Amino acid sequence: MPDRPLSPHLSVYKLRYTMLTSGLNRITGMGLSLGLVLLVYWLVAVAGGAPSYARAARLLSHPLMKLVYAGFIIAACYHLVAGIRHLVWDTGRGLERAQSERSAWLVVIVSVVLMLLVGYGAWLATARTP
Amino acid sequence: MSLRTPMRRVLGAGSAKSGVHHWWVQRLTAVAMVPLSAWFAVSLLALPSLDRATVAAWMGQGSTALLLILLVLVAAWHSRLGLGVVVEDYVPGPGARTLTLVVVKFVHVLLAAAGVLAVLRVALGGAA
Repeated sequence: MPDRPLSPHLSVYKLRYTMLTSGLNRITGMGLSLGLVLLVYWLVAVAGGAPSYARAARLLSHPLMKLVYAGFIIAACYHLVAGIRHLVWDTGRGLERAQSERSAWLVVIVSVVLMLLVGYGAWLATARTP
Repeated sequence: MSLRTPMRRVLGAGSAKSGVHHWWVQRLTAVAMVPLSAWFAVSLLALPSLDRATVAAWMGQGSTALLLILLVLVAAWHSRLGLGVVVEDYVPGPGARTLTLVVVKFVHVLLAAAGVLAVLRVALGGAA
């Protein structure tokens, strides 16, 4: 390693909630990469025919997978809303400290509302087809 | 302060104009993921059941197949770029870092190819 400070040198700064909203975007993005693996696994299982789908369904419909799906809904909603905040930043807007602190709260509120909406939709869907 | 390397100064070469490519593609794929993920969530939740016949019939529709292929490709691309940055930030040592980046890239190409092939097999009737 070069003998100089390297980004993201997390240990240097006092922790602020705007750092948490930024770090969460990265962590949820990493989680969603695992979601991509699961999506492709599901698509391949459909293409593989009835026996392969039955095998995959045993894993995918395991009760503990409900927790995984809840995690994906939370991660997807957060990453979507926080990502839109990044796109706004990319236009050069909202970068002042007060603005970014306000938008951090907005991201949390909007993404939680979205999580509840999608979660309710998923609950309705599972109630329809056990 | 000039950001050009000594070699660049000697050769008199300017910017290769590719410095923002990674940044730009990450944004392009991010924007594309907004409608694609919204479509995927809504259509998945609207499916009457998740048994194989229902899912295969859904995947077999031309519009679904097209959007699923785009979803897999764009998500894989965005994921590869994002994870690449994480690897660059946190994996110490140039050897391990390069190796991890190569693995990340290979895995994403594999995921994209497998996903596209699966959708095409169902949509074109090759699936059993």
